[in-house]
Amino acid sequence: MARNVSTQRKLLTTAAAWTIGILIFFPILWTFLTSFKTEAQAIASPPAFLFFDWTVENYFEVQSRSDYFKHFMNSVVISFGSTLLGLLIAIPSAWAMAFAPAKRTKDVLMWMLSTKMMPPVGVLVPLYLMFRNTGLLDTRTGLVMVLTLINLPIIIWMLYTYFKEIPGEILEAARMDGASLAKEIIYVLTPMAIPGIASTLLLNVILAWNEAFWTLNLSAARAAPLTAFIASYSSPEGLFYAKLSAASTMAIAPILILGWFSQKQLVRGLTFGAVK
Amino acid sequence: MNLRTFLLGTCSAVALAGLAQAETLTIATVNNGDMIRMQKLTDDFTSKNPDIQLEWVTLEENVLRQRVTTDIATKGGQYDIMTIGTYEVPIWAKQGWLLPLDNLGPDYDVDDLLPAIRSGLTVDGKLYAAPFYGESSMVMYRKDLFEKAGLTMPEAPTWDFIAEAARKITDKDNEIYGICLRGKAGWGENMAFLTATANSFGARWFDENWQPQFDQPEWKKTLDFYVKLMNDAGPPGASSNGFNENLSLFQTGKCGMWIDATVAASFVTNPKESTVADKVGFALAPDTGLGKRGNWLWAWSLAIPAGSQKADAAQKFIAWATGKDYLKLVAEQEGWANVPPGTRTSLYENPEYQKAAPFAKATLESINSADPKNPAVKPVPYVGVQFVAIPEFQGLGTAVGQQFSAALAGQMSVDQALASAQQLTTREMTRAGYIK
Repeated sequence: MARNVSTQRKLLTTAAAWTIGILIFFPILWTFLTSFKTEAQAIASPPAFLFFDWTVENYFEVQSRSDYFKHFMNSVVISFGSTLLGLLIAIPSAWAMAFAPAKRTKDVLMWMLSTKMMPPVGVLVPLYLMFRNTGLLDTRTGLVMVLTLINLPIIIWMLYTYFKEIPGEILEAARMDGASLAKEIIYVLTPMAIPGIASTLLLNVILAWNEAFWTLNLSAARAAPLTAFIASYSSPEGLFYAKLSAASTMAIAPILILGWFSQKQLVRGLTFGAVK
Repeated sequence: MNLRTFLLGTCSAVALAGLAQAETLTIATVNNGDMIRMQKLTDDFTSKNPDIQLEWVTLEENVLRQRVTTDIATKGGQYDIMTIGTYEVPIWAKQGWLLPLDNLGPDYDVDDLLPAIRSGLTVDGKLYAAPFYGESSMVMYRKDLFEKAGLTMPEAPTWDFIAEAARKITDKDNEIYGICLRGKAGWGENMAFLTATANSFGARWFDENWQPQFDQPEWKKTLDFYVKLMNDAGPPGASSNGFNENLSLFQTGKCGMWIDATVAASFVTNPKESTVADKVGFALAPDTGLGKRGNWLWAWSLAIPAGSQKADAAQKFIAWATGKDYLKLVAEQEGWANVPPGTRTSLYENPEYQKAAPFAKATLESINSADPKNPAVKPVPYVGVQFVAIPEFQGLGTAVGQQFSAALAGQMSVDQALASAQQLTTREMTRAGYIK
């Protein structure tokens, strides 16, 4: 039942929500604006907010200097590839943990999460050697594998919590009707968990898209995704803010647009199970 | 042999020959103006060497350093040519990680390389990396502000003069600060400046037995001078300023002087970026009369990892990129002012270059006066002017830099900063086995 709220209070909360929203969005907006400035305007103090000579020069410069499309395709393959592969492994394991828990299931879940607590640089050299020996350095296959493993704990945890919300009786009913395990997962569980799976997919695509440690360290010229594309525009000696902003805008644009289109799905998934 | 087998055989032979011919060099490099310009000019190289193709990996300096170090230490073989600095070359060459460059061709003229730069890239008499561009540090100052204050900058100023001038020029109400210096913690940030400055005050990192020297009066003098000067005449928040922050302060007219990399000269005199482009003068880095100036020496250089399968092609490319003809090529295409500085004597003898680059003389003198093998007033056991070429220095330099940055910010006193620098350096050097 809706509470009785005064207009004044509504105005206040709306204003607060907008302020917080703009505050969070501001860095992205600023990056976007800076990408249309010249390098001199980008460092000008006090900075110009909207009234400067807008120029697209930086975008041309970035385009002529590096192959955006190649990096973009690498990013797409790596982020979607790793997420889909991750889901393929995670759906059965989350099913097992949610519907057929064993004595140690909780411990296994904690253990999986604990692998996320280790700083990645700690295993850089061993992993680099393994990649070198198997010829996986600077390949998209190698990066898909690493990012799958990195994100797997999160995928399993998210799916596990969604699956827990689904009444086991429905699956039991399917079993009574003679559905095999595969059919039970594919035709009964998955359709019911679609919002949860979709938001897991989206969140992990975003995480993989932005992953900068492994993608930078295990790639060179061929498999480098957009993170490497951005890193090539930063420099400790020399002005680069405008070009860096243009490169960043180009790198985040695809994922931002994807996020906008799937916003509804994402929010629904994240609050899935909040109301029973 | 029937026709089909013959054709198949021929095809595969041609394909194999094609594979063997097209050799691809992967080159790891940093993002700076000169390197980016080179990437645009490589058509000249590939048209002369149609059998070699080039692939570039451009990364931010610190990312690049981590990336190529991992690769070379594990013999990953991802890069055929690496862009590394004067810090890495002596360490890596001693580890046997680099190939000596002994096949650069008859036209290369190794003796034309600036002696100070060449010395920093040579280990046991062999050149292990070829300099692509070199830099030192110098004083950049505002001629108009000096005139207004009735000051004349000598060609080779002392630290006392710099301090006096900085305090005189400072006009905090109008946001004009006498001097802008690095304060951001990092072995390549504030410690590059402070180590070079300490050399001119007679200080050194280690004595001949690798004993840290932060408890000596020379270091106290250096740090005292720096902190007091910056408090009186520096911009607010200087402890978080690095090269780029100071560059933008200077370009927007807020600094009377700035002591930093010679490469900055081309930025501050560029009217497209700088509001003070026509008002900048240059002078040598200051001294205290002890025989060493407070300038550093750095060269971004091209090197080949040991075990490379494409060493011949890589040497060909390095000879092209760091040769005399490349300088001419850049001059033809982009003008003399854009030629990568600081590598060859012949460039500084070229009258056209002298005309196009008003900072040429100051740059050359700064580079020539730095001696990486003999950087301090007292003898030292290490190589390097603004760094100590040992693997532990990156971590050490940054840790000490944090203490000094905190002293500048006023979070601790100069004495406290020096005491903790001494303590942590002694601990690390003992652990690493230098101090027995």
